Amino acid sequence: MEKIGDMLIRKKPFQEMVMGNTAVVRAMVEAGTRVVTSYPGSPTPEIATAINSISKEKRPFYFEFSVNEKVATEVAFGAALNGNLSTVFFKSVGLNVALDSFVQLGLMNIPGGLVIIVGDDPGANSSQNEQDNRNIFRMSRIAVLEPASPREVYQYYLKAAKLAKQESIAVVLRLTTHVCHARETVSFGSFSGLISPHRVDFSTENGPYIPIAALALEMKRKSLAKMSRIMAFAGEQGLNTVIPGHKTRNLGVITQGLTCRSLQDVLQGGDAGPDILKLGMIYPMDTNDVVEFLKAHNQVLILEELDDIHEKEIKALAFDHGISVKLLGKNNDENFIGEYTPDKVLKVLKDVWPDFVKHHESSEQDLYSDSPVPVPPRPAQMCPGCGHRSAFHAVKKAVGDNDITVADIGCHTLGFLPPYEMGQVLLCMGASPGIASGLSLFNIQRKVVAFIGDSTFFHAGLPGIMNTLLNHHNITLIVMENGTTAMTGHQDHAGREISIESLLQGLGIKHIFSCDTYQQSTLIGHVKAAMAIEGLSVVIAKHPCMLKLTRAQRKKSGFVPRHVKIDDAMCSRSHDCVELFGCPSFVRHPDGSVGVNHDLCIGDGSCRQVCPEKAISIDS
Amino acid sequence: MTNPFNIHMTGVGGQGIGLLSQTLLRAVDCAGIRAIAVDTHGLAQRGGMVVSRIRMGENVFSPLIMAHGADLVLGMEIHEALRGAHTALKKNGILCYLNVAWQPLAVRLGQADSVAETQIKTVCEEMDARAFCVDAETIDDPRMQNMALIGTIAANKLIPGVDMNHYRQALKDLLAGPVLDKNLALLESYGKGAAPGPG
Ligand SMILES: Cc1ncc(C[n+]2csc(CCOP(=O)(O)OP(=O)(O)O)c2C)c(N)n1
Repeated sequence: MEKIGDMLIRKKPFQEMVMGNTAVVRAMVEAGTRVVTSYPGSPTPEIATAINSISKEKRPFYFEFSVNEKVATEVAFGAALNGNLSTVFFKSVGLNVALDSFVQLGLMNIPGGLVIIVGDDPGANSSQNEQDNRNIFRMSRIAVLEPASPREVYQYYLKAAKLAKQESIAVVLRLTTHVCHARETVSFGSFSGLISPHRVDFSTENGPYIPIAALALEMKRKSLAKMSRIMAFAGEQGLNTVIPGHKTRNLGVITQGLTCRSLQDVLQGGDAGPDILKLGMIYPMDTNDVVEFLKAHNQVLILEELDDIHEKEIKALAFDHGISVKLLGKNNDENFIGEYTPDKVLKVLKDVWPDFVKHHESSEQDLYSDSPVPVPPRPAQMCPGCGHRSAFHAVKKAVGDNDITVADIGCHTLGFLPPYEMGQVLLCMGASPGIASGLSLFNIQRKVVAFIGDSTFFHAGLPGIMNTLLNHHNITLIVMENGTTAMTGHQDHAGREISIESLLQGLGIKHIFSCDTYQQSTLIGHVKAAMAIEGLSVVIAKHPCMLKLTRAQRKKSGFVPRHVKIDDAMCSRSHDCVELFGCPSFVRHPDGSVGVNHDLCIGDGSCRQVCPEKAISIDS
Repeated sequence: MTNPFNIHMTGVGGQGIGLLSQTLLRAVDCAGIRAIAVDTHGLAQRGGMVVSRIRMGENVFSPLIMAHGADLVLGMEIHEALRGAHTALKKNGILCYLNVAWQPLAVRLGQADSVAETQIKTVCEEMDARAFCVDAETIDDPRMQNMALIGTIAANKLIPGVDMNHYRQALKDLLAGPVLDKNLALLESYGKGAAPGPG
């Protein structure tokens, strides 16, 4: 077994079965990237896993997790101003946080070149929405390449880096969830083994860099002037490709990314199919390629998931060029929703050109599709031993029925599910103190309690907290401190260097309570006391992430698994453990007795306090 | 291989579906067959449902499999196996699953019944599908139960063109040291011809 990290810095060309998120790291190595930054978020955190698999001494670039996406973007931008090829990566909604800086990048001359990897999430597999960031890229006038597979992720990063350096600009590499996580064999090139020299070449002569008043317009003019060269790059590099169909009826499809692969799958097995123009550079769109394609066909379907961005642009293009082609696009709301999987594309084609998908009719596609699946859904759960569960169990006892609880983003968001139902409204990372403050206005009847995770506290939580102080809002904030960015896979956060409690004290907050969440009665007391206080009160509900801890323990030699057991003779079938505490390790038997699933239970014992009969104990 | 062969894997976060999927993908690759794969692991670590797919063959484009397009459904858990049979399995396909139960939330809250093995039998009969139920109860470490599945797949040659040597090689590519030894031993014991027959 060769370690993945060693493989990624191999000098000779090689082939390997990898996922998109790994392939892109080899591309960074080959391209001579010098600085990489990130804030974790699905679907991109495995890029960091691949980077961290290369030992620090051997890694040919600097890497950091920054406090949030905006800071990560700024650090990468600064490094690129010095002449170093830089990259920042984050998830779809991360772009919202980075936006204030991101929109400026289109104006800037960036000598080192900057590649921004954005992991969009059509289908909202692991995000709070499925926003189509193509809207934002065009607002910022930043070129975008979109690969369809791990092989293309590797190739397109290299091209994005080349374009970024050649034009001294920022270029986006737009990935989507199932491109990040797809696996295939990729042929990689060679790596010189040399680390590119780091540069400290910042000079205002490369600017202007101060976009104030008239200068901002001058900078915009300069950046617009680069657009035609950027467009030409798509042609030079063959980024847009035509996949010929059967030439029967002069029909064509314009598409991109993984949607193109879905289309190819759906057409497979049929005896006719349209020509396909696959766009590799999706902004700016190479008008020559598109116009030529439109002229050569009678009907063209614009097949794109999420918003109708290309559709509108291509319709305008056809109008401007006086091309009499029939253009087909989105014709109902459903076409704006969800990932364009092969199933979804089949539906779209059935609507538009049913002849092309006739071969799917005879198959068993619709088997069972109308009958409901007789299996209860399986929502994500807090892990066995999770300190958040203990926190919610206690907080629920302190909060009144009519009080309002505000959720935030993280593992603890799952507290909204039964049996806890803690957290009734959610926007995005760090929003809970602000939302809670608004809910507290004119409100003397209902207490407002907000939850926030520790990584989120640093990421975007602080401004909202400072606002409650500035404006004297009356809320109780519960900091769910587990020492890590748990939901996205245990990345470090600023808490490694900064104590949340000291920071809050430094802000002058007088009412700070703190305890381990396993201390149920203490925690209930703290929350009750905090809620009785006028103004901002904070409860720090601490417990280390047990998934992280258990994984570390398992790796140590001499690890002995621990479990709890239930004394059936003592059990009164109150079901507090399985119904109120709700640890997934409990098994409910048809006769009403409760068992313990040893595959799941870690023997943390946090459940012992919740049994009124004290029937739960550690199995030794 | 002329026709694509599609494998749909399903289980619960924490069961080790990642290693299952990677081992199978590598084994297929070792056998010289083109394949692509993808995992969907939204909140996988948090005890939610996880799905992974492998598509084998020259003319496969997206790693995603269409509804009822799986030739082989692998269930690491009985509830998810039934869900997979209902949503992913092809008529005449194969379902191979571990007789492991991790109760979903509604079952623990007393709002729904647990899945019974007879339900799986019924679906498979209706779909003319072969079913293999693999007993993993003797395996203490839940993260190694996936080896019981791979062993059963190898013993019954459930993936065309891939044999025991390829599975062994794949594991050796992915693991090392005592972890490799333990997993290999399990693989061998479940891979010995005499596997639980079609049920
Ligand atoms: C702007 C933005 N960036 C990243 C994410 C991805 N994300 C989801 S949960 C989470 C972890 C939050 O960690 P923490 O606040 O410590 O809570 P924990 O999961 O540890 O309970 C992150 C980074 C996101 N949803 N939004």
